[in-house]
Amino acid sequence: MTTLTSLTLKDALEGLRSRSFSSAEITRAHLDAMEAARGLNAFVLETPEAALAQAAASDERLAGGEGGPLEGAPLGIKDLFCTKGVRATAGSRILGDFTPTYESTVTAHLWRDGAVMTGKLNMDEFAMGSSNETSAFGPVINPWRSRGSNRALTPGGSSGGSAAAVAADLVLGATATDTGGSIRQPASLTGTVGIKPTYGRCSRWGVVAFASSLDQAGPLAKTVEDAAILLKSMSGHDPKDSTSLPVDVPDFPSFVGRSVKGLRIGVPREYRVDGMPAEIDDLWSKGVAWLKDAGCEVVEVSLPHTRYALPAYYIIAPAEASSNLARYDGMRYGARVEGASLNDVYELTRAEGFGEEVKRRILIGAYVLSAGYYDAYYLKALKVRRRIADDFDKAFEGVDALLTPTAPSAAFGLGENAADPVAMYLNDIFTVTVNLAGLPAISVPGGLDAQGLPLGLQLIGRALDEETIFSLAGALEKAAAFKARPERWW
Amino acid sequence: MAIDVETVRKVAKLAHIRVPEARLAPLAGELSGIMQWIEQLAEVDTNGVEPMTSAVAMGLPMREDVVTEGGDAAAILANAPKSRDGFFVVPKVVE
Repeated sequence: MTTLTSLTLKDALEGLRSRSFSSAEITRAHLDAMEAARGLNAFVLETPEAALAQAAASDERLAGGEGGPLEGAPLGIKDLFCTKGVRATAGSRILGDFTPTYESTVTAHLWRDGAVMTGKLNMDEFAMGSSNETSAFGPVINPWRSRGSNRALTPGGSSGGSAAAVAADLVLGATATDTGGSIRQPASLTGTVGIKPTYGRCSRWGVVAFASSLDQAGPLAKTVEDAAILLKSMSGHDPKDSTSLPVDVPDFPSFVGRSVKGLRIGVPREYRVDGMPAEIDDLWSKGVAWLKDAGCEVVEVSLPHTRYALPAYYIIAPAEASSNLARYDGMRYGARVEGASLNDVYELTRAEGFGEEVKRRILIGAYVLSAGYYDAYYLKALKVRRRIADDFDKAFEGVDALLTPTAPSAAFGLGENAADPVAMYLNDIFTVTVNLAGLPAISVPGGLDAQGLPLGLQLIGRALDEETIFSLAGALEKAAAFKARPERWW
Repeated sequence: MAIDVETVRKVAKLAHIRVPEARLAPLAGELSGIMQWIEQLAEVDTNGVEPMTSAVAMGLPMREDVVTEGGDAAAILANAPKSRDGFFVVPKVVE
């Protein structure tokens, strides 16, 4: 018999609607799984009582034949989202016991649609990291292990808690955010599905800011259809975010399973980088073959400025972060370290509150924005960003979507890349271009490497064309028939 | 471009982050490593290219200039490290 925690979100919602089981039952099952999986360190805060209260309310609505599209489904929330009355930390010490008095728009949409929150999920501090190791709460452990090894691997980052919780069946789905790859890289490393929608699809209101022109929320889920169901709820215009797009939300789930016959797919030659493991190259070729089998035409395209995306990102994102994170001054909320003068309080609060990677990025940001360097670095990076966006525009004149690997490696060991910041940054080499251009992209599990670790494929779409990449992702998912699950050791 | 200890000290001051003396040199090394990797941007010809300041081709929306919310001092002060009588309590600013 299938246990309630191994259901997909879609099947769980059907079971809830048909009253095969109650929200209280499926929520309890996930709370038990969460408790038993504390060794993964996926949650920074468990909210079992609130979850059971939400579940009871859902059961009442379901009994009355009512209920929203997510009614009664237990989800996890990345700790970057403000949740009313529930501590939000952004994985940092500097927020202390900050307890928002308001709800983020994205999570408000989930509760409007009937979802249940079981807890807040661990993440890299302020979403700055690719391995979850910068979290003030310690790293998340990937439920996946290499065959015959018990070495602790990273689930990726920054949405590592979200990815691990979904992969280990601790939640039916989770919210996540993606500034340079923070949804898609963890999805690839944990055998889950993650989509970063078009910039402006999901409101950023109530999401702790990292780099505002790049940050975008999206779901991590077990299947493409589950991701579509979640994104549909999370999306929508919000006047409280001036960059939120005033456009209707398509019925994303209805595009999963549609024929992709006749679509033109581009394979960007610049994504074939030196030192990429042969297994990833092989999976990419398989992806091409799968889409061809499904009736797509595959052509090579060129995105000539690809290699400049990461260096441009590491000017733009730190510049925006140094400005955004200036608000953490110990005065109005969060932790405060007392000192002899106002400046002492600022400097000591920030020295103690921020971790090393966050400090590095704030300092880089302050440096590239400082007098004498602004034009040479910041303005230059914004111009390169335009070049990268133009590359995509040009490619999309001839193709409907692009197919690439999601990440340059499978899950790596904790500590393995921690010593060299640039080596860690290279994790986002295939994902970061999309954030700079504001485009939607999804990661779908494609297979396992020789060590038994999952690898993902990425589909990139035109702005506001999530529909096409959901259809293509559905085709890839069907062809890949990825059924592997992490063997339970936790 | 290499970042020296003096530059780290100056930037840390700008960013209001206290950096212990012993951390200045290692930080200078780390930041230099990152900036040297970033230098490759100089290879890109950006003559006549408009800087991209927004991820979406959309002007900022305008709304009526009216009060939308407010009068909720308690919620605003709820997370203050120190507050009294409806005010934030902060260190002395003017001597």
